[in-house]
Amino acid sequence: MTTTTWEDLVTSALLGTDRRAPAPEVLARAPGKDAPAALLDAAAVHTVRRRAGLLPAPPASPLPEPAPDDERPPLPEAARLRLGQLLAGRSGAPAAGGRRGTAPDLTELLPQWLAAANAHGHRAPASLLPALLDAGRARTDLRPAALTFAGPRGLWLARLNPDWRFALRGAPGGTSLPDPTDRDGVRRLWEEGLFAERVALLGAVREHDAAAAATLLASTWSTERAEDRLMFLDSLRTGLTYADEPFLEEALSDRSRNVRSTAAELLSALPRSALARRMADRASTCVGLDRTGGAASITVEAPHECDAGMQRDGVLPDPPSGRGQRSWWLGQLAESAPLALWPSRLGGRTPEEIVALPVADGWRDELHAAWCRAAVRQQDAAWARALLGPPTTPPATGPGTSSLAERSKLLSVLPDGERAAWVAGFIAAHGLSEAFQLLGVCAVPWTEPLGRAVVDALDIARDAGSYPWSFSGVMGLAERCLDPGQADRLEVLTAVPDEPEGASPGAGGYWSEAFQRLVATLRLRAAMLAELTGASTPGPR
Amino acid sequence: MNQQGVRWTAEQVLALAPDDASRRAGSKLGTAGPWSGGGSDGSGAVWGLCRGSGGKPYQTVVDTTGPAYRCSCPSRKFPCKHALGLLLLWAADGEPLRGSDVPDWAGQWLAGRRTRAAAGQGDRAGGGPPAKPADPEAARRRAQQRAARITAGAEELEQRLADLLRGGLAAADRSGYGLWEETAARMVDAQAPGLAGRVRELGAIPGSGPDWPVRLLEECALTHLLDRAWLDVERLPEPLAATVRTRVGLTAPADGPVVRDQWSVLAQYDTGDGRLTTRRVWLHGRGSGRTALLLSFGAAGRAPALALPVGLALDAEVRYHTGAGQLRAELGERFSPPVPDTGPPPGGSVADAPAAYGAALREDPWLDSWPVTLTGVIPVPSQDGPWLLADAGGGSALPVTPAALGRPGLWRLAALSGGRPVTVFGECGHRGFTPLTAWSADTPETVPLT
Repeated sequence: MTTTTWEDLVTSALLGTDRRAPAPEVLARAPGKDAPAALLDAAAVHTVRRRAGLLPAPPASPLPEPAPDDERPPLPEAARLRLGQLLAGRSGAPAAGGRRGTAPDLTELLPQWLAAANAHGHRAPASLLPALLDAGRARTDLRPAALTFAGPRGLWLARLNPDWRFALRGAPGGTSLPDPTDRDGVRRLWEEGLFAERVALLGAVREHDAAAAATLLASTWSTERAEDRLMFLDSLRTGLTYADEPFLEEALSDRSRNVRSTAAELLSALPRSALARRMADRASTCVGLDRTGGAASITVEAPHECDAGMQRDGVLPDPPSGRGQRSWWLGQLAESAPLALWPSRLGGRTPEEIVALPVADGWRDELHAAWCRAAVRQQDAAWARALLGPPTTPPATGPGTSSLAERSKLLSVLPDGERAAWVAGFIAAHGLSEAFQLLGVCAVPWTEPLGRAVVDALDIARDAGSYPWSFSGVMGLAERCLDPGQADRLEVLTAVPDEPEGASPGAGGYWSEAFQRLVATLRLRAAMLAELTGASTPGPR
Repeated sequence: MNQQGVRWTAEQVLALAPDDASRRAGSKLGTAGPWSGGGSDGSGAVWGLCRGSGGKPYQTVVDTTGPAYRCSCPSRKFPCKHALGLLLLWAADGEPLRGSDVPDWAGQWLAGRRTRAAAGQGDRAGGGPPAKPADPEAARRRAQQRAARITAGAEELEQRLADLLRGGLAAADRSGYGLWEETAARMVDAQAPGLAGRVRELGAIPGSGPDWPVRLLEECALTHLLDRAWLDVERLPEPLAATVRTRVGLTAPADGPVVRDQWSVLAQYDTGDGRLTTRRVWLHGRGSGRTALLLSFGAAGRAPALALPVGLALDAEVRYHTGAGQLRAELGERFSPPVPDTGPPPGGSVADAPAAYGAALREDPWLDSWPVTLTGVIPVPSQDGPWLLADAGGGSALPVTPAALGRPGLWRLAALSGGRPVTVFGECGHRGFTPLTAWSADTPETVPLT
């Protein structure tokens, strides 16, 4: 056995045997060989011996803390495979030339899949967590659902990889938020935490005890920066209650104008608040009923000044350019006054009757627009219904507003079924060209009448010979929102039709392709949902 | 297992694609839209008609037990996008594959394949009985000539190594890669691809990070050992001689023992250098407890023909190559379609892994790594250092090889474990442990990490 150390051999090899001969015993063990060969012989023995003698070493750092348990049931097998597919498809390149082909767009189905899985309360398969976190990293819109689904193990994993740091910010269930009853912990995080952590903490405490949250907020209020005060105030919007009124009332005298007006806005969403009452008093002096001309009409006397009291209640004195001062003030008063004021003020009429009244001196649009904002702010379905009017009325001549954005806000105040019925009626009367925004606020899956209205309208557009991509927005929505049970009914539309006279060339084929994709996507969604309930997809016969 | 036999995951299907473009094109065809007249049977056959741009739809049929593909499209890609699309549809339990009557065009091909398979021939490349040499004497002479050329190559390589050691490794950093490339080319000329490969690796070591002279000396020494072993191969005991012949690059037919078993597919992964893709598939025999390595090669643009999705098990014969400690084998006859696997193979502790590698080195000192299964290990991720696989008590740990770091599979491993013990199959060698597949007690899944 040689006593030569490995280091000796390395030194000789580095310098070269001409310059530094290997140790004599190395040469002695290889009689008749020259120095390099003897050195290599010895090195080979050493190398094999070293490799054969490798041993594990104790780890230098402690083992990771185990991830918290996730009590949710695991996904059924088929759903797990499906999720793998959806996650793998997320980077799929679009078809060449912008044509989407007949294949469903898996990317668009992932949000729906996640929502359904969360609704079923399933636990994410551990092996897919990295792909899930990557998807959340790439798409902000997926984050809340992806993180809910990823659960405690997802957060545990995200802590190990800086790429997934986003998961640790404002994750549902909190990352390191103290228990809301842990007064010291809450106090410490409130004083030392990052802003996002503090907002999350405030939300958690509010959920538990609204008064404690108000106290917490008040404790540092005067030292917060104006931007932060505004953000904190804004976070009160969710779950706003009368318990918040005293605090908001205080904030009406804030140094910052934005804070003041946000506080006023929040108070006006509480129709029984003191601010709402003050606004009601002001608004009723401006709007009245005139019976002199036989038929009743509404008279408007816009405010002549914006006094200190109004300003304290959040009325902005300076109008944006192009708007008159007095109408600007009137609008703010009317949108902040509780809607319940008007039936009593205007002769016991219902919202519909009030909206139908003529308004003197061209104030109608101003007044209706303010009521629209009030209906949305106060979530008043009766007023929203009245202001929307019947869906068949052309938007330009209806009550309320002709703006689609405002109308979709009004729609979102209505119950799901009524909302869908209204949009269905609108599409039946006016076609699809203006329906996109309105469809966006309808609940998924679409109700049968709404789905039928959309499909009928698409069919009509096809018969009219236009190209399907003029409707690609609605088509995409339909893929995601139509009831999957409609797939069979749509099958007939996938046939390539004869080209009608005057149609755009090739349109029939493109429509067939678009409908094929619609049917394929609906089938896929049906399969997806069935898999999540653990039911096998319908059998062959 | 359902009526359609074992379906694969989309990932497993896409692993068959010869290139990225096929993968994308195949994905687009993996939906009901363009397909009609499709079906599948319980023995792993899937067929369908795919509407293309032309009038007549393409006839696509896949035998998933092969897998083997046939399609009437003119594509030279293999498998073509239609076959991939069909398999994806099948993997997704697609509606259009619910029919069950085999059409004639598919039935003929399937019947032909199965007849051949039953006759023990199969139709994989390289299958079939080896052709009898026309002239045994000429064959012997050719073998002798080749051996002589390899001997000349080995002697030349010895000279080159001696020169290197005489002048010192410190100079190797300066002498550059060209010299090694030239020597590698001479080894190719000498018909010793094994030596050529080693020489190329030697050329890549200088300047490859801290301690490169040590690694260079190790690899030079082992190359020297191989040269010496070849030059004295006549005097070596036969199993070791067979190993040496394989190591210098003399391929022998798989004429070792034939083992029929229920083989679990433990891992499948590809490595490639742009010109050639090498696919390694690790099998573990449930009954025999033996491990087998199947190799399959694909030239640029073609996926290696063999594809055995991880997590399945097949009743099949495996023919081993001869040689000491040889794990390399060829897949022989398969007796039934693959079925889902039942879980990880039996494994050992963290300490057992280097011990098994050490024992294997006795048979083949040129081994870089050895397949092992570790049970009850906890992956310890690290943001800046090497990852570790530690035993649950935290007493000992193996580093993960640098080559495996940066693979997304490592994060799958961490996620699967969640800080709790898991079972991991991989390759353990002198550079550390390369995890390839993992199992957790919480889920029946077999999770590939490659």
